Amino acid sequence: MADNKRKIIREICQSCGDDPTRLMDIVRAVQMRLRCVDDEAMDLIAKAVNTHRVEVAGVVSFYAFLADQPLGDIVIRLCDDVIDEMAGSKYVAEALRSELGIDFGQTTPDGRFTLAWTPCIGMCDQAPAALVNDVPVTELNSDTARRMIHELREHMRPELLVTRVGDGNNAHPLVQSMVKNNLRHAGPVVFSPVNRGEAIRKALAMTPVEVIRAVKTARLRGCGGAGFPTGMKWEFTRAAAGERKFIIANADEGEPGTFKDRVILTERSDRLFAGMTIAGYAIGASEGILYLRAEYAYLRRYLEEVLAARRAENLLGRAICGRPGFNFDIRIQMGAGAYICGEETALINSCEGRRGEPRNRPPFPAQHGYLGGPTAVNNVETLCCVTKVLEVGPGTFSELGTGVSGSAGTKCLSISGDCRAPGIYEVPYGTTLRSVLDMAGGSEAAAVQVGGPSGKMIAPAEYDRRICFDDLATGGSVMVFSRRRDLLHVVSRFLDFFIEESCGYCTPCRVGNVLLKERVDRIRHRRGNTTDLDYLRELADTVKLTSRCGLGQTSPNPVLATLEKFPHAYTVLMPPNGNGALAPFDLEAATGDARAVVHRERQHSTAVEENRNG
Amino acid sequence: MADGMTITIDDRTISAQPGQTVLEAAQAAGIYIPRLCHREGLTPGGACRVCVVLVNGRPQSACTLPVTPGMVVENDSPRMHEHRKRIIEMLFVEGNHFCMFCEKSGNCELQALAYRFGIAAPRYPYQFPRRSVDASHPDIFIDHNRCVLCARCIRASRDLDGKNVFQFVGRGVHKRVGVNARARLVDTDADVSDAAVEACPVGAILKKRVGYAVPVGMRLYDHAPIGADIEAEAKA
Repeated sequence: MADNKRKIIREICQSCGDDPTRLMDIVRAVQMRLRCVDDEAMDLIAKAVNTHRVEVAGVVSFYAFLADQPLGDIVIRLCDDVIDEMAGSKYVAEALRSELGIDFGQTTPDGRFTLAWTPCIGMCDQAPAALVNDVPVTELNSDTARRMIHELREHMRPELLVTRVGDGNNAHPLVQSMVKNNLRHAGPVVFSPVNRGEAIRKALAMTPVEVIRAVKTARLRGCGGAGFPTGMKWEFTRAAAGERKFIIANADEGEPGTFKDRVILTERSDRLFAGMTIAGYAIGASEGILYLRAEYAYLRRYLEEVLAARRAENLLGRAICGRPGFNFDIRIQMGAGAYICGEETALINSCEGRRGEPRNRPPFPAQHGYLGGPTAVNNVETLCCVTKVLEVGPGTFSELGTGVSGSAGTKCLSISGDCRAPGIYEVPYGTTLRSVLDMAGGSEAAAVQVGGPSGKMIAPAEYDRRICFDDLATGGSVMVFSRRRDLLHVVSRFLDFFIEESCGYCTPCRVGNVLLKERVDRIRHRRGNTTDLDYLRELADTVKLTSRCGLGQTSPNPVLATLEKFPHAYTVLMPPNGNGALAPFDLEAATGDARAVVHRERQHSTAVEENRNG
Repeated sequence: MADGMTITIDDRTISAQPGQTVLEAAQAAGIYIPRLCHREGLTPGGACRVCVVLVNGRPQSACTLPVTPGMVVENDSPRMHEHRKRIIEMLFVEGNHFCMFCEKSGNCELQALAYRFGIAAPRYPYQFPRRSVDASHPDIFIDHNRCVLCARCIRASRDLDGKNVFQFVGRGVHKRVGVNARARLVDTDADVSDAAVEACPVGAILKKRVGYAVPVGMRLYDHAPIGADIEAEAKA
């Protein structure tokens, strides 16, 4: 057995050229074959790729999908985001617990099943959803969850759970997934039909500088949320010194409530790959990487086939479209469960086989990125827009929006939560939130979270605000909350997410989010007082201002937004005599540890409570 | 000073050299920018965020940001003072810091920062995490309770000792300093003379058998606050 393990690891490392920068692929493969990357495996890998053991341990312990203890043959990861919870994930969880006889975070004694929670898997439009190994299982309820376990016990093959495939390419032989696209409104840019090769040929008729100028003239800005002008990013990357340059497509969409990349990758991967190729031509790169989040592993084989088809048509590879000297190819880099890797410098670290921690800037990736080379990291949607710019020309492209200044083209919104038709809506920039809600059947909303937990919480009085870079800039997540929802519960869950996903590199994000959550929960449990509101504001202010990357710079937003726009959600929970008074002393909590030690069950505190109530 | 430039820090105009960081330029001019994870001779980390300043209105870590001509830096303002105070308090409640019986007391940079900022007790609730100690090594003791995750040992071991004894493992609240062995420091090539041992700003990495050798009252920060040496340069 030990020899066998040695052999497997040896083979895996060799297949990756014993290259330490391919560590992500190596540990993922070892995890898949051996169900974990244990102490011995870490030693063997470190030796094979000539790195330090603790570097391997650092990587394995960073990513949620990797483990140093054996996981079950089948790992069920139930999505724990707030939208899934609203759709009943707790009933699914209960069914899974009782069927398997284990709790979340545990593996059955026979080693067959592991149960785990996981942050948003990009299926909020068909929640509650889970990943069974790589297979997404959607629209679960307690009955289907029980049936799923019964079936799995019989065949132990997650792919057999798919009895009805979804629409479009979800039915492709290499996908065969039950996932539905829920593409409710296809716009004229991202989801318009693609004519394979057209945009690349048009680009090759121009010089690289002209291509960059076209992207600038089209006023294309990054669609991941930050809105940096794409042409400018390319110009910097093109101008930077370096032999090897790189273009990376960021398909690590992990912002809860976002699932647009899932549908783009399923239905318009040709548009994405064309955009990457054009970017490669423009900046002078011959290597492209698609960083694909682990949650979308079910699309990998299909995407590899699309890449192969493009190679066969000379749209990738050497002398593309017969242009001597223009060589460009794309590889897929799988992630392993880390939201932070959506941050471009963390993503680059991950591509290099490191812990997905953001880097200090400067230097920026345009100067010093992947393997030290100038690198442009673009969002999947942005690269799809590039293809459109080349197809129709920058003038036509910039007129596709509704004419709001500074925002050209369309935006793909992922709408979920309390609405009748959750799904993807590609709308022109400048569309009001109200009309978006009308389209999705969510006009009764009491609050809307635009841009995911790190974005903005919007109150009904603001529904006439517009989706665009100068007003409601968003990566695309739109979560709808009805009057029935407890907004402070939502805030608390969002903070759970940030605590879970913080890389822990910097103090304010690592500690501050825990402290924010503690105080929000204290208020939720009616133990807060009015001084806690200033406490939260000040703490949130420091976390936002001093955190090192976008995660901590935005994680307090749900707290600040609710304090500003929904103050009643807090004050209604304050004790009546709470003005300036200290929070009521929680005797039970304070004596909990001591009581556990002496095996005394709540006798004293119960008596006190009875006293108080009586 | 052919390549020199000037920058402004809190209304003082100082000269700076290309390639310097904001923190280095300030220090050369006798201005102390508080810091914890930074240590001379190590690659800047930008991790603790104590040195965050506003540069042309934008927050930046002074230890990582190179100077550019004419930059305007806000360092010792009431609001930056308050942000730093909160960060230091966060570090105190995050770990288990018991100064009264810690061998590092008086020589500890975290404690010294707390005194400089007038922190008597943190405003945040103590987290009381369960953390381990590693006494396996004959000459070195690791107490994770006191670790502030500054990465100074990691950088010193890698860059100065050429050993890579340490690296972070885990993430977020589970992040901790791991050693280049299955579990114990004794199974690495760590040595008591390593720069990594000296680099620890707190009492997380200590040498054995020399505890309390310097009496209280004669320790590094017993008479003047941390940073006073840098500020004294300006007056001299």
